[in-house]
Amino acid sequence: MTATVMEPFTTLTSRCVVLPASNVDTDQIIPARFLKTVSRRGLGEHLFADWRLDQDGRPRADFPLNSPAAKGASILVAGDNFGCGSSREHAPWALLDFGFRAVISTRFADIFRNNSVKTGLLPVALTQSPHATLLDLLARSPSEQIEIDLEAQTVTLPDGSSHQFPLDPFARHCLLNGVDELGFLLEQGSAIADYESSHPARVSTR
Amino acid sequence: MSTARTLFEKIWDDHLVSPETESNPAVLYVDVHLVHEVTSPQAFTELRNRGARVRRPDLTLATMDHSTPTTPRSGGRLQVLDTQAAAQLQQLEMNCNEFGIRLFGLEDSRQGIVHVIGPEQGLTQPGMTIVCGDSHTSTHGAFGALAFGIGTSEVGYVLATQTLLQRKPRNMEVRVEGVLASGVTAKDIILAVIAEVGIGGATGHVLEYTGSAIRSLGMEQRMTICNMSIEAGARAGLIAPDEKTAEYIEGRPFAPTGDDWYAALARWRNLVTDEGARYDRSVHLNADDLAPMITFGTNPSMAIPIDGNVPDPADANSGAERTDLDKALRYMSLEPGQSLLGRAVDVVFVGSCTNSRISDLRQAATVMRGRRVAPGVRMLVVPGSRSVKSQAEAEGLDRVFKEAGAEWREAGCSMCIAMNGDQLEPGQSAVSTSNRNFEGRQGKGGRTFLASPLTAAATAVTGAIADVRTLS
Repeated sequence: MTATVMEPFTTLTSRCVVLPASNVDTDQIIPARFLKTVSRRGLGEHLFADWRLDQDGRPRADFPLNSPAAKGASILVAGDNFGCGSSREHAPWALLDFGFRAVISTRFADIFRNNSVKTGLLPVALTQSPHATLLDLLARSPSEQIEIDLEAQTVTLPDGSSHQFPLDPFARHCLLNGVDELGFLLEQGSAIADYESSHPARVSTR
Repeated sequence: MSTARTLFEKIWDDHLVSPETESNPAVLYVDVHLVHEVTSPQAFTELRNRGARVRRPDLTLATMDHSTPTTPRSGGRLQVLDTQAAAQLQQLEMNCNEFGIRLFGLEDSRQGIVHVIGPEQGLTQPGMTIVCGDSHTSTHGAFGALAFGIGTSEVGYVLATQTLLQRKPRNMEVRVEGVLASGVTAKDIILAVIAEVGIGGATGHVLEYTGSAIRSLGMEQRMTICNMSIEAGARAGLIAPDEKTAEYIEGRPFAPTGDDWYAALARWRNLVTDEGARYDRSVHLNADDLAPMITFGTNPSMAIPIDGNVPDPADANSGAERTDLDKALRYMSLEPGQSLLGRAVDVVFVGSCTNSRISDLRQAATVMRGRRVAPGVRMLVVPGSRSVKSQAEAEGLDRVFKEAGAEWREAGCSMCIAMNGDQLEPGQSAVSTSNRNFEGRQGKGGRTFLASPLTAAATAVTGAIADVRTLS
């Protein structure tokens, strides 16, 4: 029952958009008023709605995602602790729908990271020093490309330096193959049944 | 198992369908899955696409809370005027019907905020694993249950398999010793903890709250503490069960009865951190000198004692922190070094999964009794569930609020997340008993000061941020 649920992620070479703020919360990534949908599509138009658009819905010229260099960029580079706050998977859905395939930060909030790897968005956590180097390089040459190699778990910066990033081996497998965890879990049916027979239910909601 | 284990490790070990290896995370069994309208529709769609069924509808419970109106019922029914919200609510009803899941819908007397009704109905019990597509699932940890928020993909996995793939989190003790002064509450403890640990400081950890100040709290106050664990980035928060826990659960609709009750009590007695067990980290806080806390900024870690001063970004530890503080003060329209006391507010919100239970409403009512909401201030009191609402009405609390000039509303998440029409207008300021003060969280352009129900009520009657300890 393994189904391809997302575009496989192997390597990505792209320009970046830099959003230098730290602690970017999911209420900024996708404000709650856009969560009344029953679909996971079409959320890109509301990505960072309150930062990206003015009150008349026009792009704010000073917001990084609206800069000319951002066009076609599929890597977002942000400050520390990206994706904190609510569990809404709408946040990675919106980033993907807008055209991002990877986010680079120094740390990701747990639920955001979990949601991202399940939907095909790669969270790349660099240590402080290469992260600072990357920000520095992009400040000088905003249209430089960087390369992410998921198989090797490396990011290669415009200066040629290459840096490892951590990722759970299982998440990496899913991203490389475009499969989610459900196929694997459904195959555990007999182990789950064994657990259930030795651990009677604590409650019944019936 | 002869080695000493923490409470978290005991619950974790007890729910392993298979342990983690280098290549695979652990398969963790879920005892109770709570579902609501906002984070579930896409998960049910995925089940249909894959031809999967719900493995254990008998361990699943759904309710409606996030996008539901809280305007008073007309002719006993709740009118959902927002067509998108109505469609989402209808979708949940259809999904629950199709997959055989019990739903506490809008016309059910047990409807309410998912993290209020779980404990209220006795569904939340010590030693369980509980998940929900909502980050404040950590609330249920107050009962010694390992409870955490998941995304919509994971909601689908749990529906289909009753399990999740998980790496074992680290474990951190938050020890709070001492005795709270008058006017200081559980909300003030947790705001102080988050300020100490930092907005992302507990990432990757399950917290266990220990110490005399925690033990002295009632169950509803413990829920307030565990509820906001996620605001420090924690995966979950736990408090070991004790007599208060058992006393709270006994006799509730889903609580064990007869011999099962005594078997449960025996099981629950083992749910403590063994002597000699080790946490990965520990932080300590003294409750004795704690003041009422209030946030000044745009994340919950930006909090100060109510009689303190707003920090100066110039004193920040790093460039990033300075930028953050600068940005927050600009958004909140505050000056470095200023006091928050006397700052005028437009709205006071008492509600949310953090502070909407009967004891929270009683606290707010003690301040409101015989006083009036200040002119120009809108005060909303939103009970966490229909049961809380009925209980409050039986005690006459609704009259206290209404006579003071506050709005007494129907149950739901309301202005905590501002999805249902209850929201701040751009530029408005609110003191709120909820859990998040992110930019625009309570309405685009709105400014939120998080505080306890006592501080919120004192502010409502003053018309400006006020210290309940010095209220005239």
